[in-house]
Amino acid sequence: MSEAGLRLEHLTKQFDDHVAVRDLTLDVPQGSVLALLGPSGSGKTTTLRLIAGFETPDKGRVLVDGEDVTALGPADRHFGMVFQHYALFPHLNVGENVAFGLGRSLSADERRQRVAESLLLVDLRGFEDRRVDELSGGQQQRVAVARAVAPRPRVLLFDEPLSNLDPALRERTRRELRAALDKVHVTTVFVTHEQEEAFALGDVVAVLRNGALEQVSAPTELYERPASHFVATFVGRATTLKGVMVASDRVRVATGIEWPVTSPVALQEGQPVSVTVRPEMFLPSEDGGLTGTVREVRYTGARAFFEVDTQLGNVEFEADVHTADVGDTVWLTARTGTAFPRRGK
Amino acid sequence: MRRKPLGLLLTVLLVWLVAYPIGLVLIESVGGPGEWTLDHLKAFATDSFEWSALWGSVWISFASVVLAGAIGIPVGYFFEAFTFPGRRVLGALIALPAVLPPLVGVIAFLFLFGESGFIARFITAIFGLQASPWRLQGAGAILLVHAYSMYVYFYLFVRAGLAKVDASMIEAAQVLGCNHWQTIRRVTLPLLRPQILAAALLTFMTSLGSFSAPYIFGGGFRVMTTQIVNSKLNGDLNAAMVQTVALAAVAFLALTAFGRGQGSRSVATTGKGVASATRNLGPPLARWSATGLGWMFAVLLLLPHITLVVVSFVPFGTWTTQLVPPEYSLGNYAQLVQEPERLRPLVNSLWMAAVATVGALALALWAGRNIVQRKVVLRGAIDRLLNVPWAVPGTVLAIAIATAFSVSAPWVGRWVLVGTIVILPLAYLVRNIPIAAGSVIAGFRQLDPALEEAAASLGARRLRTLWRISIPLLKPALLAAGALAFATAVGDFVTSIVLYTFNTRPISIEILSALRDFDVGVAAVYGVVLMVVSAGAMALGTRR
Repeated sequence: MSEAGLRLEHLTKQFDDHVAVRDLTLDVPQGSVLALLGPSGSGKTTTLRLIAGFETPDKGRVLVDGEDVTALGPADRHFGMVFQHYALFPHLNVGENVAFGLGRSLSADERRQRVAESLLLVDLRGFEDRRVDELSGGQQQRVAVARAVAPRPRVLLFDEPLSNLDPALRERTRRELRAALDKVHVTTVFVTHEQEEAFALGDVVAVLRNGALEQVSAPTELYERPASHFVATFVGRATTLKGVMVASDRVRVATGIEWPVTSPVALQEGQPVSVTVRPEMFLPSEDGGLTGTVREVRYTGARAFFEVDTQLGNVEFEADVHTADVGDTVWLTARTGTAFPRRGK
Repeated sequence: MRRKPLGLLLTVLLVWLVAYPIGLVLIESVGGPGEWTLDHLKAFATDSFEWSALWGSVWISFASVVLAGAIGIPVGYFFEAFTFPGRRVLGALIALPAVLPPLVGVIAFLFLFGESGFIARFITAIFGLQASPWRLQGAGAILLVHAYSMYVYFYLFVRAGLAKVDASMIEAAQVLGCNHWQTIRRVTLPLLRPQILAAALLTFMTSLGSFSAPYIFGGGFRVMTTQIVNSKLNGDLNAAMVQTVALAAVAFLALTAFGRGQGSRSVATTGKGVASATRNLGPPLARWSATGLGWMFAVLLLLPHITLVVVSFVPFGTWTTQLVPPEYSLGNYAQLVQEPERLRPLVNSLWMAAVATVGALALALWAGRNIVQRKVVLRGAIDRLLNVPWAVPGTVLAIAIATAFSVSAPWVGRWVLVGTIVILPLAYLVRNIPIAAGSVIAGFRQLDPALEEAAASLGARRLRTLWRISIPLLKPALLAAGALAFATAVGDFVTSIVLYTFNTRPISIEILSALRDFDVGVAAVYGVVLMVVSAGAMALGTRR
């Protein structure tokens, strides 16, 4: 464990009889960006609020650079936060909003300088005197970022930073945000329910489910080596089939159909498993393998997703658009899948 | 490790200010510790005068509801449903009685309709009578004043309700074959039921607690509020306690009954809320008659106040038997400025109202923070306590405060404050709590909770967040509440008459003593000052 950065230790938070966060332990190294990803109700926003100090954990600690801040209120943590709806103060102009968190130890000149620097960082130079309600949604978001970074926080927190923007703006804002984060080099945690956003912004992604940590990894690892069946299906698309291990790295999904698999845990021969296969990991073949009828084709351009009815259930694969048409019979093999232990036969 | 804030300190303070004094009256009405007795209650129950006063309070209140509704509902409908030239200005003018202190309306009525008022003099002159054909006294006079000042509740509520009624419902009724009157009877009025009931409750409670009109015009007609004050002024404290309890009980019963009747919440805003259609009155004749009617109504309603202004220029002793005052001068106003004893009540009223308003606003801010932002465990209790002073008549509150703070017993939270300069501002403050809290708490509910968190995340502590974020954003709510609270306190009569001392006498008491000395000019000047101060405060408070 590195001392620098943010560390969550066994965080637990319960509301009435509902456990929002259970025994969560996480490390965010100094200067890196962690995405908290999960479906709604998974506890990601509560986790963020526990880090910020808006909620007090029932158990566990929050440490920054080795210092325990759990007992400190939000005002004393020196964290920056960008709220989902930005929470810009409507009665203050852009400059006053950005200057709000600057300590009184700074001189007027230093404050002005710091505001200008922060606005420059988000590409809003010269916006100091604008009213916040005159700004577009994207500009408001950037003012919120400038306001959060201006006091040079130890940790930066984002609550669904892009959810409030329309899709066209989201892509661009995401790139600008990532560039700004690279420049300030502050330990950052953000919450999102969108995998694409988590992968684009996060150096590391933590997947939460029912308040507990499922996996924390770099995006590629999360996609290619999911630690649980939940992660495999929540992050990216995947078909799930039942099978039985025939070797430590081979699974049989039906008589005569065996595929290579990896697994996060050691599996024994004969063990029943769930196998998840990514759409691009299926290979259409002329004969042999799993057979079925194409029920639906969804074009995405040069490639397409094919929904196939097979004897084992519905299977989704991705291939060149000309691979098959609705009604065609196809044969599929899998290049690789991921196997997870399954209870029962 | 979980700590849920209790809000105990605020609850204790509110109990001490609001519930405790009323509880003490209840206890003392049955003798109090050591000398428990039902004698006072028995004396009350067997006294036919007491019963007639109680009955007087109740039927006057019902009659006021009926009369005020009969004026306010059609006028509100008229102003909301039709457009005609001058609608906006007139619409605002006729809402004016709502913001003026009741005592001002009462003395304005006296100068206009009283037996030596303008109208009586005209009639006497025209018909060559020896004396005024009427005396402005008794139940009729009280009802006239009540209807005049309380129709505004119906007027405002009906207009607000109609503005929210979905126009498509009215259109649906018409498509289904209803004519204009059927639509009003079968659709519009039922949709307005919650608003009408709310206005009726407000009118009933205001009438039940009404003091100025019965005190000045009552004559031999008895109501509970004047009985209480008379008992208190005559030193019959036991009777005052029991009467107070009886009036409070009626108020409580009324609140409960109306609460039942109100049933489910407003139905006027179902669906997507298409803006209600205001109909243009097509034919020029109809439009101009509507305008004429509107102006007539406005002039009629403003006439008492115009009279008040006229009378304020009449020098002492100059207006005896003449039809109209023969002389006018600024003398009465000059007296107010030049004579310290005349200025004193004005200064008293202003500072005491200001202190009470600031105190009530501070309490409202504290309550808003606890109820809305911190969601303290005791928020339900706090919310109910904040509304208690609204639910009990002013006289009851005044007697309760007089009872609680006339004994020195610090260990049970009682100090002798009656007779000191503290008591009136404190009493005004308590009466102002519901006014201030209602507006400020509604303001808090509209604040985005994330703003406060944003301030905290930027290192701002509680006080700085309150000062830099919450208060600036609550400014409209604070101003509106402050204006209403200030206007109420500056014109207060009912609490003042129970609790004033010579040194703290406010304007209302001075008006009363000027009337007793037949110094109508001075009474009118104070009335005009009250009118200007409250209208000015309201104009400032509702500025957007």
